[in-house]
Order: sequence, then C-alpha cells, then structure tokens
Amino acid sequence: MDIANMKHTISVLVENEFGVLARVAGLFSGRGFNIESLTVAPTLDPSVSCMTIVTSGDERVLEQITKQLNKLIDTIKVMDFTGMEFIEREMALIKVQATDETRAEVLRIADIFRGKVVDVTARSYTLEITGAPGKIEAVIDLLRPMGIKELVRSGPVALCRGSKDIKG
Amino acid sequence: MKKTGSQILLECLMLEGVDTVFGYPGGTVINIYDDLLDYPIRHILTRHEQAAVHAADGYARATGKVGVVIATSGPGATNTVTGIATAYMDSVPMVVITGQVPTPLIGNDAFQEADIVGITRPITKHNYLVKDIKDLARILKQAFYIARTGRPGPVLVDLPKDIQLASTRFAYPDSVSLRGYKPTYSGNVRQVEKAVRMILAARKPVVYVGGGVTASEASSELMDFVQQIQAPVVTTLMGMSAFPRRHPLALGMLGMHGTYSANMAVTNSDLLIAVGARFDDRVTGKVASFAPHAKIIHIDIDPTSIKKNVRVDLPIVGQVKDVLVKINKELQAHAETTAELPGMTVAWREEIGEWTRTHPVTYKNSETVIKPQYVIEKIRELTDDDAIIVTEVGQHQMWTAQFFQFSQPRTFLTSGGLGTMGFGLPAALGAQVACPDRQVIDVSGDGSFQMNSQELATLVQYQLPVKIAILNNNYLGMVRQWQELFFRRRYSQTPMELPIDFVKLAEAYGATGLTAARPEEVEGVIRKALQTPGPVLMEFKIDREENVMPMVPAGAAINEMVLAS
Repeated sequence: MDIANMKHTISVLVENEFGVLARVAGLFSGRGFNIESLTVAPTLDPSVSCMTIVTSGDERVLEQITKQLNKLIDTIKVMDFTGMEFIEREMALIKVQATDETRAEVLRIADIFRGKVVDVTARSYTLEITGAPGKIEAVIDLLRPMGIKELVRSGPVALCRGSKDIKG
Repeated sequence: MKKTGSQILLECLMLEGVDTVFGYPGGTVINIYDDLLDYPIRHILTRHEQAAVHAADGYARATGKVGVVIATSGPGATNTVTGIATAYMDSVPMVVITGQVPTPLIGNDAFQEADIVGITRPITKHNYLVKDIKDLARILKQAFYIARTGRPGPVLVDLPKDIQLASTRFAYPDSVSLRGYKPTYSGNVRQVEKAVRMILAARKPVVYVGGGVTASEASSELMDFVQQIQAPVVTTLMGMSAFPRRHPLALGMLGMHGTYSANMAVTNSDLLIAVGARFDDRVTGKVASFAPHAKIIHIDIDPTSIKKNVRVDLPIVGQVKDVLVKINKELQAHAETTAELPGMTVAWREEIGEWTRTHPVTYKNSETVIKPQYVIEKIRELTDDDAIIVTEVGQHQMWTAQFFQFSQPRTFLTSGGLGTMGFGLPAALGAQVACPDRQVIDVSGDGSFQMNSQELATLVQYQLPVKIAILNNNYLGMVRQWQELFFRRRYSQTPMELPIDFVKLAEAYGATGLTAARPEEVEGVIRKALQTPGPVLMEFKIDREENVMPMVPAGAAINEMVLAS
C-alpha cells in the first residue's frame, strides 16, 4: 500500500465527558487529518470511553495525530495498532432484495460468511455480518448484484491480541 | 457554610492569588459583579471584551502570573475570541470566565446565547461548561492548574447563570488529579547526554531561542549554557527579550525580518539547538532549505512542537529550564572538552562576525523626515532598562524587534503567533496594572492603534501612565510594503485616507497628546511624554514609505534576503 496513505487503526481512551467527541473530531478537521471511521462507546469503567479511529497518512502525519490526541486534556491513552498483532471487527447491516431467483443465493452467502438474517419480508432480507473490514467488503461485493437496498456499517473496533491491554 | 456559585468563583480566585481581573459586565454575569463588590479583587473595566483579554494577556506576559477575564454571554463571550486565540498561540497562561444563559435555556437560541465552549475549543488549552454547582470549585482549580502548567495557555470556563445562583458547601480541592494531563517537565537524561555529545562535536553551533525560555524563567540558565559553549544566539520574536541583544554572542532575530548574520548563521550551521521555539514558518522560510547542513536538537515541553515543521535529530521533551540545568551540568562533567570547545569554534564566530560587520542592522537616517527606526532608537535611549515595551502588529513591531535591543526578560510583549493588530494598547494597559512602577510603552502604528483606541478611556480612568508611540505613516504599512514589493505598487486599500488628529483624540479622552513631524522634535516629544504623569499619546509622522529590511520573501529560503528596497 502507498506509504503516504497507509491506513492506521488507533484506539483512544478518553474521559467519558461532555464534548470529548467534538474535541477529537474538531482536532482532526482543524488540522486536516483524515477520519475514515470513528466509533465511540463507554468501557468497562463507565468514566472512560474508548474511541476507535481509522485514519490514514504518512509516518509524520501519524506522529502528529498521536501527539495531538495525547495533548487533549481529556485523552488518557492513545494506541496506534499499526505494526502490532491486533483484532479488528466491524458489523454491517445489509438489506438485500430477495426475489424468487435470488432468495436462496442470499441465504447461502450469509451462511458462508456466518452472517445472520435479522429481518425478513416478502421482498427483502436484512443480514447482520460481523468481521474484519475486508470480510464485510467481500460480502458487499457478492450481494451487490442482487440489489442492496440499504447498508449501514459500524466502523471497526479493535483490540490488541494477547494478554496485554491498552493501559499496560 | 453554603456559598453561591458566584461567591465560589470569587473565593477560588482569591485562593489562586488573583488580585486583579479584567472584564466587562452584562446580564449573565451580573451576580458575579454584585458579589465582586464584597471581595478585595481589583476589577479593571475595559471598553471592549477583546481588550479585557489582551489586558489580562499583557498582565500575564509581564509577570508570568495567570491573567483573569470575566465577560458576559453571547457577544461578550464572542468578543473574547481574538484575545483568547492570541494568548493560545503565544502560550500565555489565562483563565477566562464567561457567563452563560441558564442551563434550561442552553441550546434554545436564548437572548445573548452563544456556544462559546464550542467556539473556543480549538483556541483554548482546555475549556469547560459548568453544568453542576458541585463541580465548580474542582473545575476552577483545574482551570488554573492547566493554564499555568506544562505549556501554558488560556482556559475558558463557561458559567451558566443558574449555576451562579445555586449554592453548595464550598471546599477548594487541595490538589488536581487529571489522568489525561501530566506534562513532562524533566528532560530525559540519556537524551541530555546525547545532546552534550553533539554539542561538543559541533564546530558551527547556533542556539535558537524562543518564548519557552521566558515561559520557564530560564534566561540565566540559557546565559550559563551559551557562555560555556560560546555559541552564537538567534532569537524568535517571542524569544527576543530572553537573551540580551547587546551580548557579543547575540545575533538578533532570525527569519523573515531577521538579521543577515542570524539567517546566515542558521543556514551555515552544523548544529542548531532549538530552545523553547517551534520552527514557525516566519522563522524557517522555505523548510527544505532551512539549516540544511545542521543536525537539530529540539528542546520543548510540548511534544507536538517536535517534528511538526522540520526534521529533528535529537528531541528532548521537557521544561526548558530543567533541560538547560541538566545540559549545563553534563557539560561540566566533561569540563576539559567543554573548555576546549570555544577554541574549536573560533573560526565560526569570526565568519559570523564578518557577516555582522558587513550587513549590520541599520537604516539611513534623514534630517528632513522622521525615520521610524530613529524613533525606536530614541525611545530605547531615553527609557529605563526595565521598561516594558509592548507593540501592535506590523512594520512598527518589526522595527521594534530589530532596533530596540532588549536586555531583560519579559520586557517585550508582542503578539507573535497570531499577529493581532489592536493587541498592544490593551496589553500595555494590563502590563501597567501589573507593574505600576515601571515605564510601559506601547509602540504602535496608526492602523493597529485604531483597532482598540477606545482603551484610551480605560488608561485615563485608572490613570495608568502608559506612553503610546504611534509611528504614523497613514498606511497599513506592512501590507503596503508587500504591495510595493510583490504587487507592482498597487496599493489596494492600504492608504488610511482619513488623517486622524491623534492629539485631539487623546485629549478627548482626557489623556495628553503630543506630536512630532520633524526629526529634531522626536527627542523632545519622548522626553516630555516620559516626564508627563498619566497616559500620553505621542504621534510621530514618519517617512510614509519606509520599509522593514532586510526581508525574506514568503516561501524563499532565509538566506535569500532582500537587503534594501
């Protein structure tokens, strides 16, 4: 991949406080950094939230992103997963047209990717697919010819492998 | 005992040692102003909230203490924005208290409501909206702590009116615990050792000094360092008064309007030691050609400053003072090699001396028209060594930087990063409040002065003896200079067509006004101003099209200087 635009997944532990998301989002927009996706939710400790941000840039940009995130008073910890063993998972809800001809094929694809059918109508299936972003892409590519009516993706969340945690 | 929110605010200010606040009352801070009458805190009423912030900024820059501002919600709060951004760019410790509409009305587009926390998020070090009276004391404690520690900066606390009226038991926290904020003060010893090895191996070292030296009160440590290694010193605009200009190793300012020798020294150096400076674009010029032969050591308390604009060979994150103390100690641990160092760099100092001799900072004086540089030199000659010189932004600011020759820290207060016209007069006001017994001079241009000239009223009301020197060329001079040099003299909107009678303006406010139109009048006017009690405005009708020289055109390398127009 182009080094200048290499994708990075960053985990940021922040104080679970009013305005934190705006601070982080404003930092990215104000300094011209990319955000490909951003997810945020509280952690085990309800006073702390974890943001998973997928961004891109060269080494120098990534260094600035990490440092600028750390500079925010509400930021407790920043971890760039690049170069580490980590698990990344995303969920997608996909509403696909289901006709007599495609019905079986949609179910087969869902099955292959260990997706779940979470809603059924006479004309559609809604599938829940979970996996690494690449897997979600693959499912979307396969379903596209059948007619995707609607698609939402959660953006990835990530954890490093092994017993180490972000605080260590 | 229970106290109201506004009382808690004032109690906290007292406990933080705040003796003076700058501000402007209004509907959502009326309770604070009512309670203020019962507290021994001096309030300076400026004529505009922007000026209140600049005044608190001047107060902070002159003393190192935290400047405090109170403004009302909505327009009061939005008027503080330029002042806050100015303080943020120059790392000035400040706490701004804004009133806010009552919490149930927030978000309803209420009268005089503005989302000031949202607006100031990117221009404050941190900011708060107080939503519960129980959090108020903790937030104020944190606000002052954040403002003055690490890389200092402004913190805004937005205080809704109902919180000011609510009451709770007051207890001020003894300490601050912020798990996400732990500035690194102590420089890494290994990095310091490496730095010293690089310094001892250098043959063409240059010390590049910024505002961080002043912020950490490290001027004497810097002097010690420089004396040991006998390296030439270049300074940024913010670092100007951190190292005495008349010291034999001082080369003056570097960058766009820097001295020839400073820019040549940096360009030809083999080691650049950046001390509390951040490689601003006005300093570096074309980054690719900046210090091309040098290894760079960068000492800064803010990790984001390091490697932001230029490559760095050895970063040292820490407080400038701490790091310099460690470096000085380490140099002494290698006393023998250190003692040899000045001998190894004789040729380098001679080379630089030649640049300084052939291209000194100079101007051609005139017998018929007042040269602005002459006015600056005369002010320098006639004022005390510890006089505080404040400027606005533009040509007069650069002439002051070039010709004043500062000798003591915190004697040059100027808007370096944001470049805010209208900063000088209110900042001078704040500096004079902080230092009532010292001479405070606002060097101004006719353009900048008119951006906050209403503060003459404040000076007169409090009888603050600030002396204002307006270098009047009836132009927005710096922009005109660019138009002359780069836009074929098409003076678009830079002539200030209406000549102002500045003497009458001063007199209308109850200040003294003096004017000089000929060179021989300059000295008399300055002497008279310094002898006259209270605020005095001096107008100098200067050579209209005098340029600030030398100059590095925007985007050029700093050794590609235009030396004279």
